[in-house]
Amino acid sequence: MVAGIRTRDLRKVYTSAPPVAAGTGGFSFGAPKAKGKQPRPEIVALDGISLEILPGEIFCLLGPNGAGKSTTVGVLTTRVRPTSGQAFIGEHDVWKEQVAVKRLIGVVAQRPNLDFSLTAREILAFHGAYFGIPSHERAKRAEALLDRFKLTDRADQMVRGFSGGMMQRLSIARAMMHDPQVLFLDEPSAGLDPQTRLLLWEIVREYNQSGKTILLTTHNMEEADALCKRLAIIDHGRVIALGTPQELKASVPGGYLLRLRFGLHSPDLLQRLQRLAGVREVRATDGNGADLYADRSGSLVAEVANLASAAGVELCDVHISEPSLENLFLHHTGRSLRE
Amino acid sequence: MNWKAFFAMLARDAHVARRNFVALLFQTFLQPLMFVFIFGRVMVGSGYMPPAYKSLLLPGIMAICMVGTGIWAVAMPLIAEFQFTREIEDRLLAPMEISWLAIEKVVAGTLQALAAGFMVIPAAWLLLRPGVDLNVPHPILFAVVALLVALFSATGGLALGCSMQQTHIGLMFSLIVAPMIFFGCTYYPWSALDKFPVLQKVILVNPLVYASEGLRATMIPQFPHLPLVAVVIGLVFFNALLLAVGLRNFHGKSVS
Repeated sequence: MVAGIRTRDLRKVYTSAPPVAAGTGGFSFGAPKAKGKQPRPEIVALDGISLEILPGEIFCLLGPNGAGKSTTVGVLTTRVRPTSGQAFIGEHDVWKEQVAVKRLIGVVAQRPNLDFSLTAREILAFHGAYFGIPSHERAKRAEALLDRFKLTDRADQMVRGFSGGMMQRLSIARAMMHDPQVLFLDEPSAGLDPQTRLLLWEIVREYNQSGKTILLTTHNMEEADALCKRLAIIDHGRVIALGTPQELKASVPGGYLLRLRFGLHSPDLLQRLQRLAGVREVRATDGNGADLYADRSGSLVAEVANLASAAGVELCDVHISEPSLENLFLHHTGRSLRE
Repeated sequence: MNWKAFFAMLARDAHVARRNFVALLFQTFLQPLMFVFIFGRVMVGSGYMPPAYKSLLLPGIMAICMVGTGIWAVAMPLIAEFQFTREIEDRLLAPMEISWLAIEKVVAGTLQALAAGFMVIPAAWLLLRPGVDLNVPHPILFAVVALLVALFSATGGLALGCSMQQTHIGLMFSLIVAPMIFFGCTYYPWSALDKFPVLQKVILVNPLVYASEGLRATMIPQFPHLPLVAVVIGLVFFNALLLAVGLRNFHGKSVS
């Protein structure tokens, strides 16, 4: 039976520095415990994450660095102890039934963590052995995965000399070695060249078609858009939007975004912009800018320029975004995913 | 308990040790054997040391080799794998309680320490002979003590490896391992400190004292040594303490 993933109100507060790959969410500082003692900084990495990922789904956690994506993956893969809340893989409580959960999952960490004392083939074979796969079956699977990930010619070399992309491919192959029901990929395409990224996407889709659940984290919108059936956008340890890429993109007022920058700040101009046909929402941004959400794009530019000119304000810059997840993130947080 | 995963990890460690065999050999034996040659051969041969020192030295050298091997075999990979290369993550995600991974490390370290101990005896004997008066009246007792010493080296490696930062490796050797060896009754018997009564009492907190004295008691019982009961109690106590500390810190490193 294929397993899904469920979390209920997950919270994680670090009282010491979180691990590098776990990222951090918002910051808040706790009160000093005793007079004269340094307060221990509390870092809220997850602030009540509730998710229901269906069996056989490709689900994506999209968010900027430090949003809490890796911490969520850490909790779901037994490596991070939640401060409160629950997480389930299938019917198993992740924290209470760790061994049962570990049998069901395969994990690709954000940073390469290959066994440097072994060759590529040995890494796969020993990983299979940890999961009790018989020796002949291990050899067969390792061979097939090395071939699939185009690593056959380096199979018997120590991985110490591998490039970043090769290490990443081998990490993914290793996670698939025991044929897990649920595959976690934490920023899988970071550092991959475009060609390898496409190979990775193809393999992920193929693995999903064999009925497996996949949870992928990324800060790359195209990746989320291309791969995921549904996604959650998270920021500061909270889910700020959840749905299919199409639903989410459609939820941005109008869909299109015009980022404008003017020579000087004019509240009056912003009000006039709001009255233009097709404009759904106008938000002032830092400096003398405005974000204009609308259901059309190019045709608005001339009208915006005219209004600005009539108000005696210079239009310095216009940037048009097609309907995208980036627009959605910006709409919710006022920040770009790339910031 | 998932024995398949446990033995697969043991097989992995054996495979890596086999691959690094020559380097391990030099790392483990070169320094102690040079010490054996200078103090057992040169100093005794030139008359600066009494001939009996040859026999006295051998159990201490065996203790140094075993403890050095066990600590190195367990602590160094743990320090690197937890902090720098993160290699251990794959094994932490294997379907087995994570404490068993720590225990696997202890078993692997114990086996390596035993191998080192039993390999250094003939090597040192060849360097020192003639005049080494080895006498093992109770082989089973000797085996028990050797096992406890090997276990101590591996549990010590676990506790150190899970407590030290990577940047403190140098300090670990200069502040912990080196004083432990010099004040561990390795090059002299505990009774040699009779004229330093305070020091003699203080160094009883050093588990290596029990290791060296235990090997002395079972290999050269004709020389003065701590009572075997005290040795066994001391080693069992330190093994339990270091294992408990090691397991606790291993958990702390594995889960954030």
